[in-house]
Order: sequence, then structure tokens, then C-alpha cells
Amino acid sequence: MAASVVTITSGKGGVGKTTTTANLAVALAEEGFKVVCIDGDIGLRNLDVVLGLENRIVYDLVDVVENRCRLRQAMIRDKRLEELYLIPAAQTRDKSSVSPSDMIRICDELRNEVDWILIDSPAGIERGFRNTIAPADIILVVTNPEVSAVRDADRIIGLVEAEEKGPVKLIINRVNPALIKRGDMLTPDDVVELLAIELIGIIPDDENVIISTNRGQPVAFEAKSKAGQAFKNIAKRLKGEVVPFIQLDDKGDFLSKVAGLFKQGGD
Amino acid sequence: MAGWGRTNKQSADEAKERLKLVLIHDRTDLTQEELAVMKNELLAVISQHVEIDPDGVRITMKQEGREQKLTADIPLKTTRRRKLG
Ligand SMILES: Nc1ncnc2c1ncn2[C@@H]1O[C@H](COP(=O)(O)OP(=O)(O)O)[C@@H](O)[C@H]1O
Ligand SMILES: [Mg+2]
Repeated sequence: MAASVVTITSGKGGVGKTTTTANLAVALAEEGFKVVCIDGDIGLRNLDVVLGLENRIVYDLVDVVENRCRLRQAMIRDKRLEELYLIPAAQTRDKSSVSPSDMIRICDELRNEVDWILIDSPAGIERGFRNTIAPADIILVVTNPEVSAVRDADRIIGLVEAEEKGPVKLIINRVNPALIKRGDMLTPDDVVELLAIELIGIIPDDENVIISTNRGQPVAFEAKSKAGQAFKNIAKRLKGEVVPFIQLDDKGDFLSKVAGLFKQGGD
Repeated sequence: MAGWGRTNKQSADEAKERLKLVLIHDRTDLTQEELAVMKNELLAVISQHVEIDPDGVRITMKQEGREQKLTADIPLKTTRRRKLG
């Protein structure tokens, strides 16, 4: 199977791109796929620490581009999951050391070897963004239910559409049911109505994300955490499964439309 | 629209209203003021040809999917038209 290239982007920083990339990589690898994730945030690398692989870096993306190593040598294999790899970003270089055509070439080289290539984008709409969008087959736009994050997501979606890339799908991260219940947070429906693109995931605001990031052990490893479960659901939707979205019940808790879905997904 | 003063409106509703306007501006490159000027110019041009009923005029910018759509609902004074015809 030729790999699909999935780029995770947002416009605004800090909305959860790197967290999403790491967790989707883990969730897809747990589904039995061979997954490579690429840190496209050159100069501000983070995917390595979120995945807990920071001590294993020898070569990075810029070393591959500048022919100091072969692609294989820059792929760090995760020890927890057989088929999960990371290509880290260079930390001491800037975005201009990689071009969109370098990214396309690297992804093309990987396409026949793996099932999924996930690319984490930097914040912004400059070179780094264009690098990560260039090879993408699917673009996941991450936003938070807040005015500035939604506005920046709209801008990114417009840019992606102008480049005729896509499909573009939306992930709403850090949804807080208690705030929604009080009327102090945009609902997922509001955000989807404003941005008018297809929704692929709703991730609750969950302290387990911070705890798991502290440990370098993405929350998708935790079958019982709400955020981990939500990431697993996105992985299933990416591979084509129909998974109902989590719903807010009248107590303000997350509930699944289909009873037992959480248990089922946690297997 | 909520003013600057305190309102009972929930903050999420305000966020949504504000975002709607901001997104129109971002997508069309038109500010609220420019939009108002355009509406007035539009009405002025139409008034040169037919008499419009100013109280019933509704010109709005609406979102349809990812497209912005300018909708004009401009009632005409038909009695006058008949007289002229
Ligand atoms: N669903 C969530 N619940 C709680 N904290 C989160 C969630 N998603 C992300 N975070 C936290 O938000 C911060 C920014 O996330 P990150 O993935 O680094 O964003 P980005 O890559 O878009 O800059 C991190 O501290 C991360 O742990
Ligand atoms: Mg990041």
C-alpha cells in the first residue's frame, strides 16, 4: 500500500499540533500500521520530546536534505511500537534549510515503505507551513474553541484551498464541557458552522495530556483517558471507519452517542 | 448586536457573533465600514432607476459553506412604478 501523507497544521501556535501528531502516530501504529512522523518545525523541534524519543536522535531532517545521511539513518524507531518511526527536525537550523520540493522528495521515497506519513507543522503561514503542506494528501487543521484559534484556522484553510490541496479536515482540541455548559465556550457545532469544513475529531481538554507529555508517553497509550480515546477515534476515521463523535450530555460530561464505544475503542 | 456595556449574553454567543464578522472581513478583505459604504453606493445606483422603499432594504453578507454571499433584499415602490409606466 502506498502511504498517505497527513499534514497537521493550524496557523496559531500552541493549539495542539504536536500533541495531535504524536498521538495519531501512536494510535495508527497501535492499529498495526507502519507509521513515520516527521517534525516539520525546524529550529523548534518538539515532536521528539512529546514522543519520548529525544535521547535517540543522531541525524535529522536537514541531514537527510543535505545528504549527510540516508533517509533510513534519520528514522528513529520507537521501542514501544514496532512500526513507529520519527524523523526529527534540526534544532540549530532555520526553516529555509528545507524546501517544499525536498519534502515532496522525502515523502515520495517513504511512500512505498510505510502506510502513513504524518507531518507536524510549525506555527505561521510562512516557509515552514509551505514545506509541510507541499507533500500532503490530507490536511488536518487543529484549532481550539477560541476566537483567535478559529480565526487563524480559517486563514489556513483559505490558504490550503487556494493551493488546491486537500481534503482539509478539522480537529477541535481542548474542548471543555463545563465551560460549554455555562455558555462560555464555543461548541464544536459552532466551530464547524463558522469554518465550514468536515470535522474529523473532537479532543477534550484533559490533564492527562500534560501528564503524559511530561513522561514522553503520548496519551493515546492510555486506553482509559478521554483525550487518548479521542485520538484513537481520529485514527480510525483516517483509515475509513465510521466512528460517532463524542457528545455532550446534559450533565456537561462527554458521552458517546453509541453506548460502549469507549470500551470497544480501548481494546 | 451587543454594545460595549455589560450584557446578559453568554460569552460563547458573543464569540460566535464576533467571529462571524471577523471571518467575513478576513475572507472578503472588506471592513465593516467598507461594507457599509458599498451598501450605500449600491442603493444610490439602484435609486437612479427605480424608487426603493428604504425601510425594507436588507443587504447582508452571508456565509454559504466556505463562500461568502452578498444578499440584497430591496423592496421597490411599485405604485409609483405603475404611475410612471
Ligand atoms: N487536549 C489537551 N488537553 C490538555 N492540554 C493539551 C491538550 N492538547 C494540547 N495540550 C497542551 O497544550 C500545549 C501546546 O500543545 P502543542 O501540541 O505543543 O501545540 P502546538 O504544536 O500546536 O504548538 C502543550 O503544553 C500541550 O500539552
Ligand atoms: Mg508544535
